[in-house]
Amino acid sequence: MYAFDVTRPKTVAEAVAALSGDEAQALGGGQTLIPTLKQRLAAPATLVSLSAIDEMKGVCADGGTLTIGGGTTHATVAAEASAYPALAALAANIGDPAVRSRGTIGGSLANNDPSACYPSAALASGATIVTNNREIAADDYFQGLFTTALNEGEIITAVKFPVPEKANYQKFVQPASRFSLVGVFVAKYADGVRVAVTGASENGVFRWKEAEAALSANFSADAVEGLTASADGLINDLHGDAEYRAHLIKVMTKRAVAAAK
Amino acid sequence: MTKVTMTVNGKSVSGEVEGRTLLVDFLRDAQRLTGTHVGCDTSQCGACTVHVDGLQVKSCTMFALEADGATVTTIEGMGNADGTMSALQASFQEHHGLQCGFCTPGMIMAASSLLKVNPKPTEAEIRHHLEGNICRCTGYHNIVKAIMAASGQDVSAIAAE
Amino acid sequence: MPKDHGIGASPKRREDVRFLTGKGQYTDDINLHGQTYVHFLRSDVAHGIIKSIDTSAAENMPGVVRIFTGADFEGVGGLPCGWQITDRHGQPMQEPGHPVLARGKVRHVGDPIAAIIAETKEQARDAAEAIELDIEELPAVVDMVSALAPDAPKVHDELTSNLCYDWGFVEENKAAVDEAFEKAAHVTTLELINNRLVANPMEPRVAVGDYNQANDESTLYTTSQNPHVIRLLMGAFVLGIPEHKLRVVAPDVGGGFGTKIFHYAEEAFVTFASRQIRRPVKWTSTRSEAFMSDAHGRDHKTKIELALDADNNFMAIRTDTYANMGAYLSTFAPSVPTWLHGTLMAGNYKTPLIYVNVKAVFTNTVPVDAYRGAGRPEATFQLERLVDKAARELGVDPIALRRQNFITQFPYATPVAVEYDTGDYIATMDRMEEIMDLSGFEARRKASEAKGKWRGLGVNCYIEACGIAPSNLVGQLGARAGLYDAATVRVNATGSISVMVGAHSHGQGHETTFPQVIAEMIGIDESQVDIVHGDSSKIPFGMGTYGSRSLAVCGSAMVRAAEKVIRKAKKIAAHLLEASEADIELKDGKFSVAGTDKECAWGDVTLAAYVPHNYPLEDIEPGLEETAFYDPANFTYPSGAYACEVEVDPETGKVTIEKFAAADDFGNVVNPMIVEGQVHGGIAQGIGQALLEAAVYDENGQLQSASYMDYAMPRADDVPFYIVDHSCCTPCTHNPLGVKGCGEAGAIGSPPAVVNAVIDALASGGKNVPHIDMPLTPHRVWKAINQ
Repeated sequence: MYAFDVTRPKTVAEAVAALSGDEAQALGGGQTLIPTLKQRLAAPATLVSLSAIDEMKGVCADGGTLTIGGGTTHATVAAEASAYPALAALAANIGDPAVRSRGTIGGSLANNDPSACYPSAALASGATIVTNNREIAADDYFQGLFTTALNEGEIITAVKFPVPEKANYQKFVQPASRFSLVGVFVAKYADGVRVAVTGASENGVFRWKEAEAALSANFSADAVEGLTASADGLINDLHGDAEYRAHLIKVMTKRAVAAAK
Repeated sequence: MTKVTMTVNGKSVSGEVEGRTLLVDFLRDAQRLTGTHVGCDTSQCGACTVHVDGLQVKSCTMFALEADGATVTTIEGMGNADGTMSALQASFQEHHGLQCGFCTPGMIMAASSLLKVNPKPTEAEIRHHLEGNICRCTGYHNIVKAIMAASGQDVSAIAAE
Repeated sequence: MPKDHGIGASPKRREDVRFLTGKGQYTDDINLHGQTYVHFLRSDVAHGIIKSIDTSAAENMPGVVRIFTGADFEGVGGLPCGWQITDRHGQPMQEPGHPVLARGKVRHVGDPIAAIIAETKEQARDAAEAIELDIEELPAVVDMVSALAPDAPKVHDELTSNLCYDWGFVEENKAAVDEAFEKAAHVTTLELINNRLVANPMEPRVAVGDYNQANDESTLYTTSQNPHVIRLLMGAFVLGIPEHKLRVVAPDVGGGFGTKIFHYAEEAFVTFASRQIRRPVKWTSTRSEAFMSDAHGRDHKTKIELALDADNNFMAIRTDTYANMGAYLSTFAPSVPTWLHGTLMAGNYKTPLIYVNVKAVFTNTVPVDAYRGAGRPEATFQLERLVDKAARELGVDPIALRRQNFITQFPYATPVAVEYDTGDYIATMDRMEEIMDLSGFEARRKASEAKGKWRGLGVNCYIEACGIAPSNLVGQLGARAGLYDAATVRVNATGSISVMVGAHSHGQGHETTFPQVIAEMIGIDESQVDIVHGDSSKIPFGMGTYGSRSLAVCGSAMVRAAEKVIRKAKKIAAHLLEASEADIELKDGKFSVAGTDKECAWGDVTLAAYVPHNYPLEDIEPGLEETAFYDPANFTYPSGAYACEVEVDPETGKVTIEKFAAADDFGNVVNPMIVEGQVHGGIAQGIGQALLEAAVYDENGQLQSASYMDYAMPRADDVPFYIVDHSCCTPCTHNPLGVKGCGEAGAIGSPPAVVNAVIDALASGGKNVPHIDMPLTPHRVWKAINQ
């Protein structure tokens, strides 16, 4: 790693101030950023660790909304998001137990890795990404591979999830990294069904709108049977080509629908 | 350089670290606690697993500065107060749950963290919990068996006893 | 009733306590006063000409002690190859130089170009980035077949081509083999790839060089399976340091699996540089570095054919293999696809005619050498896949076809130059069928079908050759080393024993098992016996641990040395008991005079040996310490039958291992617990090869699976509990313990079982797929189902 300073602000305001410095970068749980730093693929002057900011931690269910602090770890979400069981189950299967002890929802969404789990939940739930100065709808937030609507120095302080009637996440893992080769999150709301796919696209998480339409009309695995996910723009790599990923999108969608509760 | 202070295996320790100093390097180099190992650089293998404030973490994927004020337990702190091995450590020996020993500290730290929240895990739960700990020697058979036995379960019916 | 001590018992491992409490002493745990750190600047292109290296800016960076490049190694030897192959035409293999640091050209991604020594690791790495390097990239040679095209770029300009050797075995049999194929009633043909693997012991390699000016002695601490081999190769061939000025220490080593046998550039470098800068130099590999600098394994591309007569008897086997050597010849690389592979092509079957052709090829990839099994897994995989394919083509039961063709008479001389001393393949097959509950398979298949899964059963046999020997024969075959081992049994005055062994334990548990043997021979408690290994200044010249040889070869040396000790001790006892030496018996740690109640204790005799007051000094020297070197008369031949049941998810192609059984014949077993553990680990590595692992290069020679993010290591939830059994026992006929070796069996015997099972599962789902290349990833299986 290159040399850098690490600061540990106690409040969001302090963190925002620290991030206005030259070459400052936010550090969530570090589970992706630290390996990147080890490869010297990033050279920040200062890392602003968000792990000591208590106001960014916690899970709170209020009416039909589950609000999760941006600094909340996957382990905490897994344990405390009982109001949204599909989301808790997703969190319980991110990485491994040690990753879940440190990795945070804010860190995952800010990084927007194309194979990460959380982006699919946020997009399928139509979540709201709350930052230190605004609220961003999930549909506007994800803007492609490792790209989001966040401005420089902007911090995800919370994520608000409308709790669906039914939901489920199905992850087909890449055998080496254990990230999703294809992950599909299906969420059924009173006004329709949303389906978000991670792991598959060269542009990161996306909604499978055809499936959404079919499932909004008939929420059953059979409704997806006649559809074909397009292989255009899907990832071709060692672990699967675009055609395979397209096929898995459909299989995982059917399984998510069948398992949704 | 910044001063950090933390409680490691029950003792308060402090030292000067850089921003980039990883917790594992602080433990191995400054504290000479070489039982915590480094087996990869992509946060996959789990040989560096320790407990920070009671939670299982990879010490190669956390800065020493972030552990300032924390309570850290390493493999060196896992024995009984009288210096003997804990029931979990003894079970690994009893059931041959280690060969070269390199991944073993991480396995013990991961397993003990599982048993804290799940005192009688099933085989599947154990295998799932060990997802972030790679062993190249044992084929996991005797590791899983040792953890089941340490949790008081009868392992005599497991294949090839 | 299982034994509770000595040979055949399963005492708990004594080494475990230090490993379980964090007190192991691995090479990276060694830090010396004044130590510096080296970072290797490695090539990021697969093939290129080094036009210039400018280190001037880097030399002025903070903390930099010294920077070395290839030019600093003028007059220093290259890394030697320990085995010379003679080709089909009687010519020696092409053997290019292998410099410590690249000179003139870089030949694989990871080839070290410069070494930066600094006060800290990060300073060395910072300085590496300041080195100005001009490399003219050349087209990379990656694919083995196209590497042999006449116009292919050459990895080594000084060679005539990229062909290392074209080996025919047995060349004289070729015509007869071809003739048998002409006459065959049925010929089964299979083309397959044995996937390139990375051994991945969990401890990455580490080397610390320490030069002592006071006595002009260099010490190398290294993660090695064989410290004496490293001392010989590095001292005599690379650095020109005589053995008495060179000490090599391999302390606790975190797994080897073959890849820590070889002498590596980094070891030579730290030893050399420490002499130059007069300070200790330490190198710790990262895992990313390991992927591009540890020797890889396997990587064969093969066509194999089987000729059968009208009664399904095997008539002949013919194989045609391309074996990847990588960019340079690693220490034992040429022997792996030849003498460790061709000699095993008979397998468990009485096929009268066999011809093996191997073309070894240089490519712009990391060198390939022995990995757990080394040649034998490649032989077993192709043969056992082929037999399975033949059974499907002929519509016969694959187990019955195997049984019909089993070798049943021993000793058995194969047509590929080896003689199996003993074995009982019917017994291991019977045992496997029993422990696997084969009769229940159809019910299990139906249960899987009910869940929408396809279940398949795969079986295979294997034969292994362990403890490669004897030295005079392997010398004729091209080995440039002896293949004996050595042990010194030092009995101390109070009766405790230190045994200095040439074998090296890096997970095998020698510290526990070797004392079991000594304790049994003398009748004392195992706690009285300690093993010393891993330090060339303490142990006799032995060849270390690889090829499942430790107990069969080094253990035999230890037995021979202990026999010498006992003979001498009996003479001393005869004196003390005033009896004839011929009447002295040793039992339970006591010497007695046959037919009398006169006896003396082990400790009385050992004390007399060192305090020789009442002692026949005119006849016997004082002291009680003996050394033996043991050079085996033959290989040992473990064998077994393995079975695997898988479930395939037809929607995703995902394969899960539902059941796995291994019935092995290891001859006599010293510690069943440890033997079973070795088999478990081998099976997991075999399952890894079959389903998960692959080192994949792109056409530019970039390693695509260069970390655990893309190289899939087996994890706890990828494997089941295994059913293992070693109750079939045909003791080795030519070593004193009757032992055979168990370290590699699991890795050899399991890949074909897994693949055969998947092929069977697809057939049960109505998809007749002749073959899928490993690893059988979900993607590949899904494609096979949907092709």
